[in-house]
Amino acid sequence: MTVTTDTSQNPFAPADEAGGAAPRVRRTRKAKDDASAQGGPGWAILAWALTLLFFAPVAWMVLTSLHAESDAATNPPSIFAGLTLSNYADVFSRGISTFLVNSATASIASTLLVLVLAVPAAYALSIKPVEKWTDVMFFFLSTKFLPPIAALLPIYLIVKQAGMLDNVYTLVVLYTSMNLPIAIWMMQSFLAEVPKEILEAAQVDGAGLFRTLTQIVAPIAAPGLAATSLICFIFSWNEFMFAVNLTATRASTAPIFLVGFISSQGLFLAKLCAAATLVSLPVLIAGFAAQDKLVRGLSLGAVK
Amino acid sequence: MSAQTVTAPPPSRRGEPTMSTRERWRRRGPLLPALIFTIVVTQIPFLLTIAISTLNWNVLQPGTKNFLGMGHYTSFAWLGNYGIVFTDDRLRTAVINTIELTALVVVISAVLGLVLAVLLDRRFPGRGVARTLLIAPFLVMPVASALLWKHALYNPDYGLLNGVLNWVYHLFGAQGPTKDWVSGYPMSAVVVALVWQWTPFMMLILLAGLQSQPGDVLEAAKIDRADGFQTFRFITLPHLRQYIELSALLGSIYVLQTFDAIYTITQGGPGAATTNLPYEIYLTMFRKYDYGQAAAAGVVVVIGSIIVATFALRTISSLFTEEGNR
Repeated sequence: MTVTTDTSQNPFAPADEAGGAAPRVRRTRKAKDDASAQGGPGWAILAWALTLLFFAPVAWMVLTSLHAESDAATNPPSIFAGLTLSNYADVFSRGISTFLVNSATASIASTLLVLVLAVPAAYALSIKPVEKWTDVMFFFLSTKFLPPIAALLPIYLIVKQAGMLDNVYTLVVLYTSMNLPIAIWMMQSFLAEVPKEILEAAQVDGAGLFRTLTQIVAPIAAPGLAATSLICFIFSWNEFMFAVNLTATRASTAPIFLVGFISSQGLFLAKLCAAATLVSLPVLIAGFAAQDKLVRGLSLGAVK
Repeated sequence: MSAQTVTAPPPSRRGEPTMSTRERWRRRGPLLPALIFTIVVTQIPFLLTIAISTLNWNVLQPGTKNFLGMGHYTSFAWLGNYGIVFTDDRLRTAVINTIELTALVVVISAVLGLVLAVLLDRRFPGRGVARTLLIAPFLVMPVASALLWKHALYNPDYGLLNGVLNWVYHLFGAQGPTKDWVSGYPMSAVVVALVWQWTPFMMLILLAGLQSQPGDVLEAAKIDRADGFQTFRFITLPHLRQYIELSALLGSIYVLQTFDAIYTITQGGPGAATTNLPYEIYLTMFRKYDYGQAAAAGVVVVIGSIIVATFALRTISSLFTEEGNR
């Protein structure tokens, strides 16, 4: 697609003529596949400048994690100092592994539990909908809007009474309730995309429920299922408020390791950056893998 | 069906046969585990919060009355805790800080997100890579990003911010500033870190909105020789309106709940300068051990959230029915 007028390159150009009054000009047909227009070189430079500005703290975190402590804490910053992996070794020797295992257990187990609960629910809300199914959808959504801090006190008291403080499965239950509305909304929107005609055709052909689910619904909904799992994983992995208040030593997750890390005196910046990079890595990978579907999860399925 | 009108029989009744009770329960079946789980785990705690908010219950002064075996409170306070919540200086400061923090973060990140979304809506070399890099701030663990800002960027001695300023000042033969950003501008320090984290969220929703614009309308605008600004002002912005609303409302609900950044960057200080309601509730619960007041403050946060959420639900509902009609 080529840019035909100068003004169309610059969306902030002053409005010099009224749109409707201009004479109509016949133009060559353009490719309709990519709806977005081409930006000029200035556009690319501005976009990249802002992108790099936004990404700079992440880049700085990774770069600092690869510097020796003495190079990390200099002013002006020593960008071109030699690289080393010793900070990562140091972070592991301080026992981050236990915290990573707890985070992985809480995130993966809660994601699986979410799927076990959300997939049948989404089926009952899209393919064979119950009556008043939109009301049920909005009930689930409304629970997501209640601030968890307001539930912390009773949850703390109940968990304490049940002897489940400092237990990773307490986090599993809480993360499941935190992610269930998102998963139901996402899965509902994915299952609603399964064409009704195909389901009817399968019924006519005498396919049972199991065959319909495994051979027709599953292949169409699989990418959605993957995206939903990744998003639930991201939110559980990053959760801090419940983790810091309900765990002490055995069940603490990765963010608790980071917070505890600071108390040590002396130079710690490079090691801190190494730990921060390490704990963020699984979510960065999951997020990049799910980035096309990320917006659907973040908007609770409202935006596709 | 007994009474049929001649002109317009209700289509829903005639269109599909009414379901048998058996079929209804068969359809409800798969939904029930999720529904029961959600009701038990999310609704019961809130009912308990409301109950506790009416009690004089401070762990440091244990009473004699048993609250469901979970501890001992002194007496009924009825609405006394709410009186304290609305008159206590710390809590009032927390309410104001929460509003200030939420409004600043949501507005600034929505504007920046819109700028980035508009930029990414055009093709340029490496657009896909740029988009991926821009999502990163949202994915970095919030605690990690708070620590990163506090120690690697804001630190007065070796933080990147003063480091870069120093480097620039050196070019002009001057000595750079040694500003302590966190203690000098605590609220701004938190806001900037949160804006950095939330801008990608806003950008993703707004970019999806931009890309859902019908191509033929834009084409028509181009044929009518509308320039870029006119197209943006009169076609794109009205179309984007509900996406802007959605991103701002969802953003408000999430930013209202901010705990990690306050806990990590300023711990609510200096004094109570950056203490927001979630952090104040946490302090009331685990530092003052005043369960009654903490619960009352919690109920106030819930009411605030419900007000924002009512608007959010309306926006989502209209998008939802629109998407459904496509």
